[in-house]
Amino acid sequence: MIPPYLWQEIAQLTGEHFVLVLVSMAIAAGAGLPLGILLTRRASLRTPLLGFANVMQTIPSLALFGFLIPIPFIGGIGKRTAIFALVLYALLPILRNTLAGILGVDRAVRESAIAMGMTGRQLLWEVELPLAAPTILAGIRIATVTTIGTATIAAAIGGGGLGVFIFRGIASVDSTQILAGAIPAALLALLSDGGFSWIERRFSVV
Amino acid sequence: MAFRGKSLDRGLNAQPALEFRGVSYRINGSIILENLSFCIDPGRTLVLLGRSGSGKTTALKMVNGLLFPSSGQVLVESRATSDWDLIQLRRSIGYVIQEVGLFPHFTIGENVGLVPRLNGWTPHRITARVAELLHQVGLDPVRFLNRYPRELSGGQRQRVGVARALAAEPKLLLFDEPFGALDPVTRVELQDQFLELRDRLQITSIFVTHDVREALRLCSEIALLHRGKLEILAKPADFMDCQGPEARAFLSTL
Repeated sequence: MIPPYLWQEIAQLTGEHFVLVLVSMAIAAGAGLPLGILLTRRASLRTPLLGFANVMQTIPSLALFGFLIPIPFIGGIGKRTAIFALVLYALLPILRNTLAGILGVDRAVRESAIAMGMTGRQLLWEVELPLAAPTILAGIRIATVTTIGTATIAAAIGGGGLGVFIFRGIASVDSTQILAGAIPAALLALLSDGGFSWIERRFSVV
Repeated sequence: MAFRGKSLDRGLNAQPALEFRGVSYRINGSIILENLSFCIDPGRTLVLLGRSGSGKTTALKMVNGLLFPSSGQVLVESRATSDWDLIQLRRSIGYVIQEVGLFPHFTIGENVGLVPRLNGWTPHRITARVAELLHQVGLDPVRFLNRYPRELSGGQRQRVGVARALAAEPKLLLFDEPFGALDPVTRVELQDQFLELRDRLQITSIFVTHDVREALRLCSEIALLHRGKLEILAKPADFMDCQGPEARAFLSTL
C-alpha cells in the first residue's frame, strides 16, 4: 500500500511538474510561433534557425541540463535552468510544424488572397494561420508530450517535479518511489495528448 | 514599339482601360516577355492566346501587380501599376484562376463576400450583394450560401469563383484559363454565362487560354503570344486569315 505521506508528495510534485511543463510550453510556443512565421517570410533564416533547433534536439537531455549549470543568468541550479533547457527542446517541433503548416497552404488559395487585395496581416490571420492550425497544433502536441517526459530530468539540477521521485528511487533502489514519479508523468502525458486531440476535433476548420 | 497604338476601333478621345507599354520580363537570365505593347479599350475583352510557357499568365499577373515588368510599364487607367496603391488596385480587379482558389475554411457566402468585406461594406449590403451574385452565376443562394467549397462540384466552384471576382464591382476582370479543368459541357455553359455577364456588365476583361475555339468565342480581340512576343493582335474575323506559322498552328486545331 501507498503510505498517505506519499500521496501528499505525489500531488505536490505533480503540480510542480505541471507548472514546469506549462511555463516551458508557453515560452516555447510564444517564441516558436512568431519565429516559425518569420521563417516563412525569410527563407535565408531557415537553415541557421532550424539547424540550431536541430542541434539542441540532438544533445542528450541530461548533458544539456549539466552544460547549463555553469552558465550565468540562464544557468545555475533550479527551475529557471530547467525551463530554459525544456524550451530549447520544445522549439524544434513547433518551429518546424509552423513552417510546414504555412508553406503547405495551397498555392492557389494564397495567390487568390493576395490577388483579392488582402494585406500581409490579413493573409496571415485570415488564411494562413487558420489553414495551418492543425499542423501547428500537432507540433505543439508533440512538443508537450515530449516535454512532460524530459521534465523528469529537471530534478537532476534541482528543478523539482516528478523526477525527484525517480532519482530518489534509483538512488535508494526503491521501485515504489520510481513508480510514484513515472506513473503520474505517464498519466499527465496521456491526458494532455487527449486534451489536444479534443481541441483538434473541436476547432477543425476545414 | 512594334504594336504601339494598334488597338482596334479606338474612339478618338477614349482612354484605354489598360495598356502594356514595351513590357519585358526576365527572370534568372531567361526572357519570359519581350517588348509587349497593346491597349484594351473600356468594356472590351482581350484574349491572350498562346501555348504553355508563351508568357500569357505572366502578362496577366502584371495587371494586378502580382508581378512587375523588368522594363516597360503596365498602365491601368493610364497609371502605371507601380504607382498604384497595390491593395486598392487589387481590390478593384477581379481575378479568376483555373484552380479557383476558394478559401476552404470560408463558406460560399464568405468567399463571395470577401472583397466587399475588405472594402468595409456593411454586413447588410454584403448579404444582399452575395445573394444577387450567386443568383447571377446560376447558383441558388438559399442552397449554397452556407455550404463549403469542398461540397461543390468543379463547375459550381468555378461559378463561385466568378461571383467572387465580380463581388466588389471591379473595373477589370482577369481570367487565367478559368474553364480549363472543366468537362466540355460545363465549360460551354460557363462560357455562355461569361458572355452574358460581359454583355450586361460591360467590364473590361483579359482572358488567358490555350484553346483557340474558346478564344474566338469570347474575345473582342485576340492577342497571340509566342515565346514572350506578341505575334498577332487582331479581331476574330481577321485572325482566321492570319498566315503566321504560330497562328496557322493554332487555327489547324479547329
